This record gives sequence, C-alpha cells and structure tokens, in this order.
Amino acid sequence: MQSLQFAAPTSLAEAAALLGGSDNPKVLAGGTDLLVQMKLGLREPALVVDIKRIPELGEVSLGADGLRLGAAVPGAEVTANADIAALYPGFVEALGLIGSTQVQGRCSPGGNLCNSSPAADSVPAMIACGAQCNIYGPNGMRSVPVEAFNTGPGRNCLAADEILVSLEFPRPAARSADAYLRFIPRTEMDIAVAGAAVALTLDDAGVCTAARVAIGAVAPTALLVPAAAEALVGSKLDDAALAAVAEAASAAANPISDKRGTAEYRRKVVGVLARRAALIAQSRAQAEE
Amino acid sequence: MTTQKKLHISTTLNGEPCEFLCEPGQILSDVLRNTLNLTGTKEGCTTGDCGACSVMLDDALVCSCLVLAAEAEGKSIETVEGVGHEGQLHPVQEKLLEHAALQCGICTPGIVVAAKALLEKNPDPSEEETRYWLAGNLCRCTGYDKIIRAVMDAGATMRGE
Repeated sequence: MQSLQFAAPTSLAEAAALLGGSDNPKVLAGGTDLLVQMKLGLREPALVVDIKRIPELGEVSLGADGLRLGAAVPGAEVTANADIAALYPGFVEALGLIGSTQVQGRCSPGGNLCNSSPAADSVPAMIACGAQCNIYGPNGMRSVPVEAFNTGPGRNCLAADEILVSLEFPRPAARSADAYLRFIPRTEMDIAVAGAAVALTLDDAGVCTAARVAIGAVAPTALLVPAAAEALVGSKLDDAALAAVAEAASAAANPISDKRGTAEYRRKVVGVLARRAALIAQSRAQAEE
Repeated sequence: MTTQKKLHISTTLNGEPCEFLCEPGQILSDVLRNTLNLTGTKEGCTTGDCGACSVMLDDALVCSCLVLAAEAEGKSIETVEGVGHEGQLHPVQEKLLEHAALQCGICTPGIVVAAKALLEKNPDPSEEETRYWLAGNLCRCTGYDKIIRAVMDAGATMRGE
C-alpha cells in the first residue's frame, strides 16, 4: 500500500475525473471487499475514491415507479426499511445473508455487484427483480440490466472512468413476490455454494402470469434462466412445473468444482433451490391478499 | 504522487470532538489503537471476520479494520471506551461479568459494542436473533452460550425486568 492517495469527491463529475486521471484507481463504497483485497495484497491501487459523499450514491427513493437505490447504500439500511422489505422480500433476505452484522453495516448491493463475485448473494436476487444499473461516465448516463453487468469472475462492464450510480427496481405488480435461497454448510457467515432467486406474479386464480428466475455461484456470473421462468408461467406451480423449473436451473448451471462443492453437486442443488424459492415466492404472493 | 501526505481528519469520538492525522491507507482500528491510544478496540483478523474491532460509525455497527480512517471525516465514532464508566458499567458489561462470559477477553470489547447496538435497536431479541446478530463476533474460549445468556440478561435488565 505504497503512495496511496485518498479522495472523497462530492459529485459524479468530480469522481469520474479522478478515476479517469489515475492509472490505477479503485472505487471505495463499503470497503468490505476492497479493503480486504488490499490487505491481502491482491489489489494495490494508487488512488482510492470514496464515493459515499456523492448524494446520488446514497439515495433511497421508493415511489410509484419502484425503488431507486444508490449504489453505496449499506445493506443494513435496506434491511431495516420495512417498505422495501414488503415489496422486495427476496432481495432483502439476500442482503441479510451477506457476512456479519458488522459487514452489513458497510457492504452495499452496488458493491456486491461491482466486486463481481459469481457467488454474490444479492446479484441473483436483483436479476430476479428485473433491476437495472444506472452508470455514469464521461458521456453521461447509461443503463444496463443487472444480468448483463458482470462479464466474468471479478470482471464487469464498467470502463475505468465509469461509476455505478444506482440500481433501479421496477415496482412489482399486485400479487407479486420474490424469494432468494442459498446453500451453505453453516447457518451464517459463509459464501454461497449455490443460490437461486425467483420473482413471480400470480393472477386471481393463482396462476403464474410472469416470472424471473436467476441462479448464482454455479457459473462465471449469476445467470437469468428464461427456461425456468417459462416453466412457471401458466402454471399453479404444480409438481410438473416445479420439476421443470429445477431441471431448467440445473441445465443452465455451468459450475466449477472447488472447496465449497463439486460441479455435479452444485448443478443438482441449484435446481432444488430454484424449486423451493419458487414455492416461497408463491406463498408470499398469495399472502398479499 | 510519491510522498505520503498525511490527512487531517475531524471526527466526534465517544461524544467529544477529536482530530487526528492519518495516512491515506491507514485503517481506523490502527488509528484508534496506535494514534489515539484507545486500545480497548482489539485487532484480530483485520479482514472483517472476527469482530474484535467492532465500533459504531454514526449509527452503523462496523468492523473498524474495514474502514479507512480518512472515511471518518465528519462522522461520529463510538468505541468500547465510550460504553460505561469505571464504577458504572453498562448492563451488557455487568452481565458479561456476572455470567463469566469471557475468558481471554480479546473478543469482549467487540461483543460489548455489538451487543449494546443490538439491544438499542431491538430491546427484546430472541435467542436466535441474538445469535445471528453476534455471528460476526468470534470467541474461541467460551463456546458462546454464556455470552448469549449474558446479553439476553442485559436486555432484561434494560427492559426493567
């Protein structure tokens, strides 16, 4: 950590200029990944840009259109917000699974996304919700869906002088809900072996009219699985539909074997998680009325 | 860009104005212990896993090893030194003593800060809520049962039971 510089800009333009003017900058949000990586010598930035003093990065705005969440808002602030938890219970339960209470006091969904770990808990949940990334750069704002943000382990679509500003969640229709499940061998403070998120909408008769299914920790990036969603739509989540969801999630997985689990095990478990998450989302959507 | 210019940081520390100089990459736990001589905050893993360095940063419970000291500009920090006073311990501290909920004591300051934060946010936590809240505070001596009982007992005391 030699000749490190620190800056805490208060505007997006200032932050982008700082990032563009350094040959080795890193953005600092909650620091729960970056400062550990610096400590371990995995990253040695010349400039750390603390983005938490930029107003847009700390915005929490819940309205008729949905939720806009500044990229540096800490998880604990989101999980403590009952209005957000009521609309996006699966996203909020994913945030509640990340690290410890202390880590949640700092770590942000935006940082979880930018760190680009395939096992990030909040990312499949955001994909299931249909969230979009608002990105600021020298040419202004652009928007990409969360499922298109990460390009590989530790890699994403941000240019060196771009900043993830906020995440935009569409407001769910009536009788909609989401759920996220992960498998870990412990009960807390661990990293997902596999994860699955489901968001769905039911009609008056309980038939699923729309769904999004996403899986994590089973491929180089979290994945949207349209085939799993198609298995749900038009069904009342009967056994055949649920079996098809599990099969589609397992088929979409492209996992590695590592100390947390074998590829074969992950492929099996992610299907089980997708099926169970669909049932939880269904019961939440039914409970709305 | 070659000299390590120190940064001048103004904070509120345990309710009092506090200014210090730090290097840009210096972590808050290092400044607390080695610049400000507040050695109640312990450094364990320095990677955010053990919770020994827990402090309050504004309203958030955080690991001070995962905060750059420079980030604390304009913020309020509360360390274990700000919890209770000699002869007038906080209920969490009293109950940790009563239940003999510590052995080597390295994890204890972090547990005091984290448990106080829990009881202020949730005055009547269940055992499960208490265990999850404290999951980021590792103790290799006690097996946790005494700590959990002490924290829940402190909650009862604070509720006037």
